[in-house]
Amino acid sequence: MKRLVYILSCFTLMTGISAQDNVYPARPQKGLLFLKNGTVHVGNGTVIENATIKINNGKIEEVGTNVAIPNSGAEVVDANGKHIYPGLIHPSSTLGLQEIGGIRSMQDFNEIGDLNPSVRSIAAYSADSKIINTLRSNGILLAHSVPQGALLGGQSTVVQLDGWNADDAPYKLDVGMNLYMPSMLNRATGRFAALFAMFFPQQGDATKEAIEKIEKIKEFFRQAKVYINNENKEINLKFEATRKLFSKQQKLFVHCTQVKQMLVAVDFVKEFGFDVVLVGAAESWQIADLLKQNNISVILSQMHDLPTLDDDDIDQPFKTPAVLQKAGVLFCINDDDPQNRGRNLPFNAGTAVTYGLDKEAAVSAITLNAAKVLGIDANTGSIEKGKDANLIISKGDILDMKSSVVEQAFIQGRNLELNDKHKQLYERYKYKYNLK
Amino acid sequence: MRKIKLLFSGLLFASLLQAQETFPVNGIADKRGACFAFTNATIVKDGQNTISNGTLIIREGKIVSVGAGVAIPKDAVIIDCKDKYIYPSFIDIYTDYGIPQPQRQGGPGSPADFFRTQQITSNQKGAFGWNQALKADVHAIRLFAVDDAKAKPYRESGFGTVLTHQKDGIVRGTGAVVTLANAKDNFVVVKDKASANYSFNKGTSTQSYPSSIMGTIALLRQTYNDAAWYKGNPEAAQKEGVNLTLKYFNDNQKLPQIFDAQDRGIDLWNLMRADRIGDENGVQYIIKATGKEYQRIKEVAATKAPLIVSLNFPQAQDVEDPNDARLVSLADMKNWELAPTNPAAIEKAGIPFCLTAADLRDPKAFLANLRKAMEYGLTEQAAMNALTKNPATWLGVYDQVGSIEAGKLANFVITTGPVFAEKTAILQNWIKGEKYAVKEDAWHNIAGTYTLTVSNNEGTQNYTLDVKSATSASVIGKDTMNAKFSFDGKAVKIGFAAGQKSRASMGGRGGFPGMASAATPVSLPANAIRLAGFSNGNTWNGTGVDSLGNAITWTATLINAATAKAENATAKTAPKLGGSFYPFTAFGNTETEIPKQETILFKNATVWTSEKQGKIEGGDVLVKNGKIAKVGKGISDPAARVIDATGKHLTAGIIDEHSHIASASTNEGGQSVTSEVRIQDNIDPDDINIYRQLSGGVTTSHILHGSANTIGGQTQLIKLRWGTDDEGMKFKGADPFIKFALGENVKRSSSTSGNTRFPDTRMGVEQVLDDAFNRARAYEAAMKEAEANNKKKGATQVTFRRDIELDALVEILNSKRFITCHSYVASEILTMMRVAEKYGFRVNTFTHILEGYKVADKMKAHGANASTFSDWWAYKNEVQDAIPYNATIMTKVGLNVAINSDDAEMARRLNQEAAKSVKYGGMSEEDALKMVTINPAKMLHVDDKVGSIKEGKDADLVLWSDNPLSIYAKSLYTVVDGTIFFDREKDAAMRKQVKAERTRLIGKMVGEKRGGAAVAPFTPSYKYISTCLDHGHKLGMLEIDADEEEQTHANH
Repeated sequence: MKRLVYILSCFTLMTGISAQDNVYPARPQKGLLFLKNGTVHVGNGTVIENATIKINNGKIEEVGTNVAIPNSGAEVVDANGKHIYPGLIHPSSTLGLQEIGGIRSMQDFNEIGDLNPSVRSIAAYSADSKIINTLRSNGILLAHSVPQGALLGGQSTVVQLDGWNADDAPYKLDVGMNLYMPSMLNRATGRFAALFAMFFPQQGDATKEAIEKIEKIKEFFRQAKVYINNENKEINLKFEATRKLFSKQQKLFVHCTQVKQMLVAVDFVKEFGFDVVLVGAAESWQIADLLKQNNISVILSQMHDLPTLDDDDIDQPFKTPAVLQKAGVLFCINDDDPQNRGRNLPFNAGTAVTYGLDKEAAVSAITLNAAKVLGIDANTGSIEKGKDANLIISKGDILDMKSSVVEQAFIQGRNLELNDKHKQLYERYKYKYNLK
Repeated sequence: MRKIKLLFSGLLFASLLQAQETFPVNGIADKRGACFAFTNATIVKDGQNTISNGTLIIREGKIVSVGAGVAIPKDAVIIDCKDKYIYPSFIDIYTDYGIPQPQRQGGPGSPADFFRTQQITSNQKGAFGWNQALKADVHAIRLFAVDDAKAKPYRESGFGTVLTHQKDGIVRGTGAVVTLANAKDNFVVVKDKASANYSFNKGTSTQSYPSSIMGTIALLRQTYNDAAWYKGNPEAAQKEGVNLTLKYFNDNQKLPQIFDAQDRGIDLWNLMRADRIGDENGVQYIIKATGKEYQRIKEVAATKAPLIVSLNFPQAQDVEDPNDARLVSLADMKNWELAPTNPAAIEKAGIPFCLTAADLRDPKAFLANLRKAMEYGLTEQAAMNALTKNPATWLGVYDQVGSIEAGKLANFVITTGPVFAEKTAILQNWIKGEKYAVKEDAWHNIAGTYTLTVSNNEGTQNYTLDVKSATSASVIGKDTMNAKFSFDGKAVKIGFAAGQKSRASMGGRGGFPGMASAATPVSLPANAIRLAGFSNGNTWNGTGVDSLGNAITWTATLINAATAKAENATAKTAPKLGGSFYPFTAFGNTETEIPKQETILFKNATVWTSEKQGKIEGGDVLVKNGKIAKVGKGISDPAARVIDATGKHLTAGIIDEHSHIASASTNEGGQSVTSEVRIQDNIDPDDINIYRQLSGGVTTSHILHGSANTIGGQTQLIKLRWGTDDEGMKFKGADPFIKFALGENVKRSSSTSGNTRFPDTRMGVEQVLDDAFNRARAYEAAMKEAEANNKKKGATQVTFRRDIELDALVEILNSKRFITCHSYVASEILTMMRVAEKYGFRVNTFTHILEGYKVADKMKAHGANASTFSDWWAYKNEVQDAIPYNATIMTKVGLNVAINSDDAEMARRLNQEAAKSVKYGGMSEEDALKMVTINPAKMLHVDDKVGSIKEGKDADLVLWSDNPLSIYAKSLYTVVDGTIFFDREKDAAMRKQVKAERTRLIGKMVGEKRGGAAVAPFTPSYKYISTCLDHGHKLGMLEIDADEEEQTHANH
């Protein structure tokens, strides 16, 4: 009886006239699941029309046009006329660490101090964030939850966006160490130049100061390397935190925009052999060849951004992905808009298409290439045999807002509930006004 | 001669010429006749008249006579000025010479600070006005004290007289004309009150208001009203008591009015803004120019303002590192190249002007920069007038200074040649008959060939001494030897080593044949011959040591004087310069490329009319005389430029209901009610975002005040006519609007140090509104009463105090001005509507309105429009219930809904933002497009002119490459009033031009550095972004939040 009441109440809530954000994580997928007749965007650049995807216990077993579907014992979803994509991957955000902007008590992403390698985002990650569901209903199934900081901000984790708590959430724990590059630009002296000159007659050299700070970080890594290669009487938590970075189980995410900052980031490849990823990197189009040469990959901050300089091509941010693609740089696309909280990721990729990137490359830039950049491509990022069944079914082109409607989504084959606070409030007020 | 008892100290200045009986003397009186005759000089009396071989007689500090063949009085000391020139000394009309640096008076010190405690009232003690930045009561004459260290560099540049004032505050009180003599303060004053000064910079005032340029303008406008009332209605004014600020403001009106338009960032449009304040109040300001007048010389000339022009030109930057060069904008580099043309451009435009050394790091650079201005086209005569007659005339002291005429002060300089020529030296600067030596060593031209005879016990040796200048000479024996040479007007030093050849004579082995030996520093070996002695006219003699250390004597006698080459200041060939563009930034048009209205026929497009007829497939639209002439199919016009629109989509231009581009400031946050401020006062037509948004199809933008306070400022509707001036941007004939705001921002929730400004709650917000309209009603009644009284025959006329803040509110009460109200949550929306209803008007538009979906029915009943974001949320507490279905719900309930940007980037994609309602809630594509075309036109009351494709409406059109609701759509042409302001193909060509011009200028700057010129460190071209302070704005690496900038500025 108790159980029945529970099921009933679930039902009531899920019909959605309540504004309570009561959306349930899915149960594990067991047995066979087929998605048939869909246009499959594999994620690696290829598109298979009228394809079937076979999923068994959460893994993709087969993809193609000749996949046999048993007559019984399998769940079958007909995706005729629909588009199937790998689950989208949000490559860098404060998801789960910041709920509402502007309220101090809700900010959990920036720790005090400039050397916090042992700080970990997963320790604060809230699986109950109402933002998560709004991303999921736009097709984003995985996200990289990243701590910020003054210099070395700490370790980040890739989470899957369906779970009860922070123990369920990690898709890959502690994938990255995050370094925030200090600015190498001297402060403005523009509008109040005369006054600034009065108060700061001897303006420092920002580049020099930044390089000094970075040198301290390098010194830290040099000492850490000695530490981890030797036995130590006393445990140093900061040094301990670097082990995965040196063993290449972790990448170094360098958050920066300026060319000089990016040039300094190359040092971390050369001296320590780290896997370096640039995050933000609005100016990366200027040194695409150099990034390629050094195997540095890029998480490009949102396309929906203004050019750096008045003189820049008015669509420069929009066309930066096409430049990186041409140079052969591994990159993925981000949406770090603080107002929509990341849910416009596919439209950022769509804008890149309008300005020169090919469509499937844009899909890769929010799926497989994002997985590669985050080091999770062995398990996800594309609709290929052996990978987790992380995928979404869209009514139309996922990159174009007028057709981008996610109807179903699966993480490891689990059929996700796609309700969210916004849909619930929509239902509530449709009810109030008797709207259809 | 008058009998005067001279009582001053001879210790200080032997020839102070005016009697001062009140000062006791400590010592013995030293009265002198002090008459001088300067003979044989070329005397430049003023810009027009020159006397060659003239004589100048001065006595007791004044000019007695000047001319050729003037009789020399017997008691005159004669100074032979053969080959010398005499000029009236220069006058600098813009200085704070001898005025102490004003100090900031306590206070929280953060006028514009959105996040910190505000200072609502003035902290100045005394019977002064309400605002601390109004310092009409300050008189330079009371603060002034002679400061010889500051005077000296001015004198060395040829200045003799200056206008000085305290550079502090918006109203700065009066200035005094003083000479630069090192004398008792009393003697140097020429005129104690010579000007009234103003600026846009509130200086040391710590009061929060005004925090913006538009607030500053409003404060000035209101102060004129207040002063008129104080003067015209003393009885009423008496009730408020004595107001010294207004009293002196009125007193100062009779003086020349000088406005510094440059003392708040270098914004060219501040000049036009200042002039308009003057126009409104019957004042023609003399305006201190910004240095960028050449960029818009027609608009500047149209102000008819006389200008004060600084010769502070930007330095070349060190841009050798390409990563640095990348961050310096074309506009900055181009300004570096063209700024020296500014004085010439002003002269050419026929604008009366003065020149000033103000803003120069060192007044000594003045003459060098003046010569540069001449190389770039400024004429000598204009320069002379700008430094003498003009300032003297404007300040009413031409009877005393500004030319060399009998009766005027003996203020003049003696030079070696034409004063503006490069090699000319200023020898002496005479002020009120007192000599100040500047470079007397150049009085005698020592250049020439001398016989040098060196003698010791054993005999005599002869050399030829070839003197090139006071610092350079060579000695010729068997070889030519570089000599170490110096001459200071009297003492001579010569050193040379027999056998040390000069580089030049060695065949230029160093590879720098262009570098004369004179420029090479000479270092002598230990055994050099060293001579020292004194000049005695053309013969010099003295003693020295030879190479063995033996004592020697020497004599040098002039054989041939070098003939001075005639030199003309403007002889140099004019420099090669790049052309200008409009606006003065990348993607501005050159004068010939400025787009013009055309007759255009769009053929075979999918025409989205945003009218009842919906979409027309294969439709044609004809544009003529800036209007939509025909809409339909099969249209032809032989005169039209035909644009094949097959496969393309034509829509009305996008209208952004909520924007903050193209304005120099956005928030006047100093008070809770600032309906007096106007965005129209600070339109910035040079903002690159105008062009960028044209590329996204935007043609009309509603530029709003920010949301820092409950009743914000008046808004301005503009059309994106890229390249026109600030007036030209305005949407003519549109109803006036005003911005209101509710909720977290106006109660300063994000203040980090608490809030002291009422209101602090939404309860208080209601009271602010109620109180404001209550006051407005009372004001209107009083105004009507005064008007009625003044119409009565025989009634005493009453001066009514016009209050521009309440005027705007009265307009709202009378439905002549309309509100767009920043709002989020249901409670505040309802409260705002109830207050409006109480006063009998309607809230025209709720903007943002993210909880509009909760009270859409109430809004409909009230009659409000809604302008919202598509999908923003969770960026602060009051938006946690925002949903992307908001627009759909409000539309379905029957509201007129628009999607706005409030963001310079997103405005470029408003069509896509509208498309999100297709995704969220299933709105039809045509309805979605209407949310950025006809719907905002309706809520802005301009739907009779724009917002749809209909015959007779303004030809504001966009041709898209794809379905305009698609993310893949790009604007190919954006048309405003029948003029193509954005053309994607032309844009591609412009990108190449920008690149080429940048490359040229970077090369020029690098060349400057390599050529040995001093260069400034590179400065990134930061951009000041003004936002409504409502939500996060992701700032690019060169963007600075304008309000934060003000805050930083204010905190120091």
